[in-house]
Amino acid sequence: MKKLLIGTALAAITSATGAFAEGHGTSACLITKTDTNPFFVKMREGAEAAAEAAGITLRSYAGKVDGDHETQVAAIETCIADGASGILITASDTSSIVGAVTQARDAGLLVIALDTPLDPIDAADATFATDNFLAGELVGQWAAATLGDDAANAKIAMLDLAVSQPTVGVLRDQGFLQGFGIDLGDPNKWGDETDPRIVGNDVTAGNEEGGRKAMENLLAVDPMINVVYTINEPAAAGAYEALKSFGRENDVLIVSVDGGCPGVQNVADGVIGATSQQYPLLMASKGIEAIAAYAADGSLPENTPGKNFFDTGVALVTDQPADGVESISVAEGTDLCWG
Amino acid sequence: MSGNADNFEAAAKAKSAETVAEFTDTRKGFLATIQHVLHVNPALVPLFVLLASVIGFGLLLGSKFFSPFALTLILQQVQIVGIVAAAQSLVILTAGIDLSVGAIMVLSSVVMGQFTFRYGIPVEVAVMIGLLTGVICGYVNGWLVAVMKLPPFIVTLGMWQIVLASNFLYSANETIRAQDIETNAPLLQFFATKFQVGGAVLTVGVIFMVLLMLLLAYVLKHTAWGRHVYAVGDDPDAAQLSGVNVKRTIISVYMLSGLICAFAGWALIGRIGSVSPTSGQLANIESITAVVIGGISLFGGRGSILGTLFGALIVGVFTLGLRLAGADAQWTYLLIGVLIIAAVAVDQWIRKVSA
Repeated sequence: MKKLLIGTALAAITSATGAFAEGHGTSACLITKTDTNPFFVKMREGAEAAAEAAGITLRSYAGKVDGDHETQVAAIETCIADGASGILITASDTSSIVGAVTQARDAGLLVIALDTPLDPIDAADATFATDNFLAGELVGQWAAATLGDDAANAKIAMLDLAVSQPTVGVLRDQGFLQGFGIDLGDPNKWGDETDPRIVGNDVTAGNEEGGRKAMENLLAVDPMINVVYTINEPAAAGAYEALKSFGRENDVLIVSVDGGCPGVQNVADGVIGATSQQYPLLMASKGIEAIAAYAADGSLPENTPGKNFFDTGVALVTDQPADGVESISVAEGTDLCWG
Repeated sequence: MSGNADNFEAAAKAKSAETVAEFTDTRKGFLATIQHVLHVNPALVPLFVLLASVIGFGLLLGSKFFSPFALTLILQQVQIVGIVAAAQSLVILTAGIDLSVGAIMVLSSVVMGQFTFRYGIPVEVAVMIGLLTGVICGYVNGWLVAVMKLPPFIVTLGMWQIVLASNFLYSANETIRAQDIETNAPLLQFFATKFQVGGAVLTVGVIFMVLLMLLLAYVLKHTAWGRHVYAVGDDPDAAQLSGVNVKRTIISVYMLSGLICAFAGWALIGRIGSVSPTSGQLANIESITAVVIGGISLFGGRGSILGTLFGALIVGVFTLGLRLAGADAQWTYLLIGVLIIAAVAVDQWIRKVSA
C-alpha cells in the first residue's frame, strides 16, 4: 500500500516535472543488473559516450547483485521522478519489473530493454539485444561440424545459468541444441530433452567457481563427456579447470557465448573451441540514440525485420573455422571484445 | 547442581517404585543419557548424519557415489566453504557472527593476484600481502566489536559491503586468467597441487582444510587461548572476572578468522585456476550453514570445530549425491534448509541439560 502511494505520488510529480525537464535538455537513465560485471561496465561506457555525443544527461543505476529486483524498481521510480525521457534497462527479474516499467511508460518515458527481453517482450517499447538463440545455434553448429561423424556419438554436458531458467540461459541452451541437431522438446525450458547424447544439465551461476563444480558433477555422472556447452566464458574457464584435474582438457570441445576479452583470449589459447560474441556497447549506444530521437520528435525505434526485437548482432569467434558456419578470427574478435 | 540431580533421580526412582508406568521412565532416562552424551560431544550428531547420508547415498547410487573418486571429489568441492567455515566457527564460538568472511576471502585473493600481475611484485611477497590484508580486515572487525562494543552482526554486515566494494573497485572486476597465472605465478595455484592415491584425488587445499580443522580443534581444547575463546563466548562478564582479557581474545579471534579467510582466498585461486572478483559471494551464508549443521551454538561458547567439518561435508554429500541421483538442484537447498532447522532444534534440546 505504501509503495503504491509513493508510486502514485511519484507519477504525479513526474507529470509536473516533465515540462520542466524539456527546458533543461534531455536526460536518460541506464539501469543495469550490476555495475561489476564487465558486460554492464562496457554497456555503461557505450551509453556514456553516446549520451555525450547526443547532448543527453545520463544517470546510471545498478542492482547490488544479479537478481536484485528492488533496487531496479527504486531506480525506475527515481528516473520517473527525475523527469527522464527514457530508460534503458537490463532487468534482473523480467516479469516482476513489468509493473514498474508500465508506470514509467504511462508517465511518458520510452523504455528500452537491453540485452534481456522483458516477460512479455512487448512490456517495453523496444528491446535491443543479442539474438541469444542464434548465439547458441552458432556454437552448436560449429561443434557438430567440427566433430563431423562423431557428433552422432557425442556425450554432451550442458552448463547452464540458474535453476530459475532465466530466458537468456534457456535461449542459448536451446539454440546450441538446435544447432547441434538435437530435438528440443519444449523450447521454452531446458532439461526436458530426451536425446541420450546429453549427459546432463547443471547450473553455474555464470562464474568460474560454478563452472568447475557443475563440470565435476557431470563428469561424476559420465567421465567420457566430450562436448561441453557453457552459458558464458567464466563458466567455461571453470569447466576447463575441472577437465584439467581429470586429465581430459585436450580431448573435450568447449563452446561458449559472450565474447568478453578474457574469453576471446581463452579461444586463442585453445581453452574454448569457439564462442559467440555479443556487442553490449552497441546495445547501449543504439539505445541512447533511440531515446534522443524519441525526445526530439516522439519517434519509436523499429525492430529488426522478422524479429520481435532490434538485433545488435552476434559473431562466432574461432581460429578453427568449420565448413558451412560463418565465423570471424580470434584477431577480429579481440578487436571487438568487451571487458 | 549435582545435589539437585541426585534428588531428582531419587525422586524418580521412588516414584517408579509405586507406579506401573516404568517404561516411560526408562525411556526418559535413556533419552537423558543421549542428551548428556551429546552435550559432552557436540560433534556426534553431525558425524552421525554424515555417516548416515554417505551410507544412504552409497546404497542408492552404488559405486558411482561410493567410490574413492566421488568421495574425494566431495572433499574438493567443500574445501573453500570448509576453510571459511573454520574461521566462522571461531567467531561464532565467541557468540559473534562474521558476515564478511567471503568478501575478505575474495579481496585477499584479488590482492594476491593484482599485486603479482599489476605491480610485478614477486609472487611470494604478494601472497604475504594478501594474507596480511585478511588479518587487517579481521582486526578492524575485532576492534569494532571488542573496543567499540558494536554488535558483531552490524559490524560484519558493514564490513561485508565495504570489503566487497573495495574488491570490485580495486580489481575493476577484471579476471586474471588461469593460463596467465600458470605461466607467470604458479605459486598462486599452489593449493591445486594434486595427490593421487588409487582413484582418490586429494589436493593441497583439501589437506589444508583437514589439518586446519584438526589443529584448531586441538588449540581450542588444549590451550589457554582456546579455553578463553569458549569462556568469552559462554559468558564474557564471568570470563572477565576470571581474569580473561576479553577484548584481546575477541580481537585475536577476528584477526585469526581474517587470516584463515585469506588462506581460503589463496585456496580459491587453486580451485578455480583464475583470480575472479565475483567468486565466493555466498561464502558467508554457506559457512554459517556448515557451522550450524555442525552443531556449534549460535549463542556462543558451545560446540566443536570438527562438527563444522562434518557440517560442510554433509552439505557436500547432499549436493553431489542428489546431483548423481538426477534430482533438481532445488531439492538440495530444500534439504539443507531442513537440516539447518533440525540442527538448531537439536542444539536447543541439548542446551536443556546445562540449564
